[in-house]
Order: sequence, then C-alpha cells, then structure tokens
Amino acid sequence: MATTTRTIEVELATQALGADGRVQRLPLTADTSGAVMPRELAPGAEPDMGSERMLINIGPQHPATHGVLRLVLELDGETVIRCVPHIGYLHCGFEKIGEYRQYNQIIPWTDREDYLNSMGNNIAYALGAERLFGIEITPRCTVLRVIAMELSRIISHLVWLGTTAVDMGAFTPFLWTFQERETVYNLFESWVGARLTTSASRIGGMAADLPPGWIDGLKGFLRSLPKTLDETDRMLTRNGIWVGRTVGLGVMTSSEAINYGLSGPMLRASGVAYDVRKDFPYLDYDTYDWDIVVGSKGDVYDRYLVRLEEMRQSVRIIEQAIERLPEGPLNVDDPRVILPAKSKATSEMESMIHHFKLVMEGPRPPAGECYVPTESPKGEKGYYLVSDGTSKPVRWRIRPPAFVNLSAIAKMAEGHLLSDVIAINASIDIVMGEIDR
Amino acid sequence: MSVVIPGAALPANTPDPVTPRAVPHRGGEANPSVEALRAQFSAAIGRHEVMWGETTVWIDAAQVRQIVLWLRDDPAQQYDYLVDVTAVEHRDPSLPLEMVWHVRSLPYRRFLRLKAALAPEAELEVPSIEPVYKAANWLEREVFDMFGIRFAGHSDLRRILLWDSYAEGFPLRKDFPLRGRFSRSEQLSQALLANPDAKYSMEELSVADAFHELPADMRARLLRESAGG
Repeated sequence: MATTTRTIEVELATQALGADGRVQRLPLTADTSGAVMPRELAPGAEPDMGSERMLINIGPQHPATHGVLRLVLELDGETVIRCVPHIGYLHCGFEKIGEYRQYNQIIPWTDREDYLNSMGNNIAYALGAERLFGIEITPRCTVLRVIAMELSRIISHLVWLGTTAVDMGAFTPFLWTFQERETVYNLFESWVGARLTTSASRIGGMAADLPPGWIDGLKGFLRSLPKTLDETDRMLTRNGIWVGRTVGLGVMTSSEAINYGLSGPMLRASGVAYDVRKDFPYLDYDTYDWDIVVGSKGDVYDRYLVRLEEMRQSVRIIEQAIERLPEGPLNVDDPRVILPAKSKATSEMESMIHHFKLVMEGPRPPAGECYVPTESPKGEKGYYLVSDGTSKPVRWRIRPPAFVNLSAIAKMAEGHLLSDVIAINASIDIVMGEIDR
Repeated sequence: MSVVIPGAALPANTPDPVTPRAVPHRGGEANPSVEALRAQFSAAIGRHEVMWGETTVWIDAAQVRQIVLWLRDDPAQQYDYLVDVTAVEHRDPSLPLEMVWHVRSLPYRRFLRLKAALAPEAELEVPSIEPVYKAANWLEREVFDMFGIRFAGHSDLRRILLWDSYAEGFPLRKDFPLRGRFSRSEQLSQALLANPDAKYSMEELSVADAFHELPADMRARLLRESAGG
C-alpha cells in the first residue's frame, strides 16, 4: 500500500506493517483534532509536504521558557500555525493563603511571585495595604522606597537582558549583566539581610533603615552600571545577528496592545506612552525628572531598546532620590500598625502588651477595598485588597502583568518561525512565579 | 505608528496627575462616567460608592457586555483598557458572590470598578467580555478556574492554573479548605467529624496536622486519653 516515502520525520515515524507483511515507516501527521496519526498514502504517491503538520511541545522544562511554561506548537514546516500555551505548573495558591494571613504576614509571599522584583512587590503591596489603612508614610520612607523600586527594576531588566541574549546565542552580555546584578544584591543584603526574598517593607514603613555607608555603595553602582549598559548597547544594538533575530518579530500595534491588556515595556514598545508612574503616580514619582521610553514598531527589537533605556531612566531617578533623601523617622508614628521600640517592649508593660497584640492579633484596617497599581518591571502590577474589618483580608488579588502579557503570545507567535518563538517568548519577560502564583 | 499619549482626550490645560494625598475612606468626587452610565442604561445600573478615591458602580451582570462595549466605544468615555477581571466571596455567608471588573480609560485617565452581585441560588454564569477586550481571555479563565463562575460566550473556557481533570472544586471559594479537600489532614478531620468516637492517636493527628482544627470537646477527650494512657 504505502510506498517509499520521503519524509523529514523518519525518526519520529510510527512503524506499521504493510500489505506485504514488511515493516514500514509512515510519516506522522496531525488531523484536525490535533491527534497525531500515521497517514495512509496512495500507491506511488509522494507525501504532500505542504499539508503536513507537526506538533511540537516546548517545555515545561526547557531553558528558553524561563521557568515552567509549556508551549504546544503546531508547525507547518518551520512556521508556527497555532500556539497553545499551558501554564499553572508553579501554582501555589498565593491568593488563597493570603486570606488566612495577617496583612504584614502577606509580605513574604509577595517576594515569591515575581522573584526578580521582590523589593518592588513588597513595596507595591505595602502601598495597597496603607491605602486600605489610610496611612500616609514618612518623607524618608517615600524616597527610600523609590530607590528600592528602581533598583528592583534595574535588576529585573538586567536579568531579562542577560537571559534573552543567551536565548539568542550571545553569552557575554549575560556575564556583564549578572555581575552588575550581583552588586545590587549585595546592597540589598546589607540593607535588609536578604538577597532575593527581601520582605523589606512593612505597613507604614520599612523593615530597616539604611546601614552606614550604603549610599556610597549605591553611588558606586550608579557609576559602573551605565558603563555596562553602554558596552551591552555597543555589542547588541547594531549587531547583525541580534538585529536579524529581533526586528519585525511579534509585532503588536498600539491598539492591539491596549486591547490585549499589555502593560509595561511591552505596551510602551508598541507606541503607547502609558506608565503608571506618570499617569497614576505614587511615591511622588511625579516630582522626579525622567522620561517615558516609547518604541515605534512594537517588535522584539523595540522591547529590547525600551528596557535598555528604562534602566538609564531608573539611574536618573535614583540619582535625584539620593540628592533629596531626607533625614527623619522611617516609620509612621501610628501605634495601630508599627511595633513599639524593642527597648521599650522589653522594659515597659504597656509596650509589651502593645507588641504582643500587634503580633498575635495583627493590625485591623477599616472595612473597604482598594486597588493600587504600580509600575513593576513587567508592567502594571496592582494589589486589590478587600477587608471586612478583621485582621485578615477577605480577598487579596494580585493583578499579574506577566500573566496578561503572556496571554498574547499566541497572537504574537503565529506565522513566525519556530526559532523566533524563543525570541518572542523572551521579549515578554515572563516570570512564572508571578504568572502561576 | 504614532505614539498614543494617555490623557489625550482631556482639556489641554489639565495639570499632570500627582501622587494622591490624604485620600478619604468614603466620599469624594465620583467618576463622571457613573452618571453617563445611568443615563444610558438606567435600569441596569445600581448604586455607586466612592471609597479610597475609587468609584465602584454596581451593574446588572447580565448586561455587562453591552455596558463595557459602550464604555469602550463612547467618545466621551473611551474605557479602552481592561485592567482586571476577578471575583470576591465574602466570609459573611449572607453576602453574595461578587464579580469585579476593573476598567481604565487611557485617554481620560479614569479608573472605574464595575461590580455585579451573583444570585446565590442561580447558576454562576455571566456574559464574557472577551469579545470586547482580548485581555479578558485568560483573566476570565482564571476566575472560572478559581471560583467556578462560567462565562457565556468565552471562546475557550478551560481551567488555566489547575489541570483539566482537577476534581476538588474551586479553590478561592470560601467553602474550600485551605489544605485542599483531598489532603490527609482534611480527610482525617472529616472522618473524625463523621465518627467522633473513632480512635486516633495523638501521633496520627499531629502527622496530619489536624489536632487544632478539631472541636474543643474532642480535643479534650483525646488529651485525656493520651494522658491517661
């Protein structure tokens, strides 16, 4: 029946017995239901390569999926016809757990969603909770939080730049960017004692004030980072391979990007000058002098340019923040949420009771709800908190920017080549901890 | 491709937005879109409230698609950006399950929360707004996955974070135990509640981490037995 077939899938083909009783290999093909079936060929016929579809499974464990993302691709030759993402391999039920935790106890969970931006998440969550409590933080805390959030943005973009370069076959920028990232982690470690899972914020303040000499270390970092960025810029921006592998890929027009709910560098690369820091400001971002970085084509190359320039803008913001960093108290003077001084808690009965009640019962916000958006490195990250007046939230909702950005991958990948899917996926800057939560 | 600037529909002399200060718990200026909605969809729009500077308007869940379509396309509204779709179940069982839509108008720099109460007895189903905002695709799938609310007209309503054959129910519902229905501790608690005289050693209970969840009299009996040998 089936004759000799010339096929590219010899290794994958299923064995079958022909009419003459001899073992033959039949080419694989997928029918409309997606099931892979051996296909019968008419005698003497050559397989019609044009109509053959191959199903390819990328992930869940593959270095280029940046975590545990699984993409099922239907290919025609090397062209992606259909892309079906599967997520949830890292689902931990953060939002469910948060309903059983006091407001301050949720902060360690925010480290673990977008773990490249843990400091930024801590502060974004604290901002949401402070709105719910009706607390105004101190001027020193406001400026310190700006520094912390912009440092988080820089390290997240540095990791993105390094890993994306590795995905495209360039190893050197990875080493440069990770070296700079190490400096920031050392700074975080000397500030709050942890590198990755910082848990730095508290409702009404921060876990700790800066240690002596910290600002000098930060200034050293601000001197070395622009050099690294310039080196990477020289290495990649006009590099023929880099340009060839990124230009014109995964294009989203501005109206598509808005309708798909993209945010952050993904949205700005598509030519939408929307940045939460400018349009719905928090932490006095409106008083700093910096620019929104906007792309024009909405492709992978523009997303690279936007992120590269955003790091320079973050440096500008941090430099101004250092200039204006005021002295004064770090935490608000509000006994509803802030623990008494340790020396008082161990020497005065009232302070000890106060400490005990705050830790055991937890602070109680008035009943209500609020949604406070912030600009995370991935996009608009907001925490929607609903309180019924008890010490634990009724609902703690994370608005995950990478989740919404990733939902557009099918639209971006379809019609491109298999190898371009890696570049498109990298350009979204996904962190599965945040997507699966 | 020209650059889209948020706030483009506002008058030219509008000052740049600033960080809000001393936001009141209740009260304040309501989003002007509420009155426009009331004029357009009188019967489908319920009460509204302003809390912490954000306007929440209650709508009829059955008409959500027409409402967001009008909000998106009306030139005086232009809510072109869907921020979030989620749901809230209160601890108080007398309060209904709520659907929550967060929409944003980039040209007017407005934020609006739409809420709809779902009748407790009826089937949990609301119209999908995926035809209006593509962003709703995964967000609605997540609400279905976590709360069991179905979205009529959704193109691909499947579980998203949990696997398709997941049979324990909908985790973010308040009747779903924190450790999951099929965990060892939950099974033991259920077995003890069904048969309070069952004999379990303290070791078995501590392995299952279920001791502190038992009724007080049962805890007392077990402590007596373990002390008495």
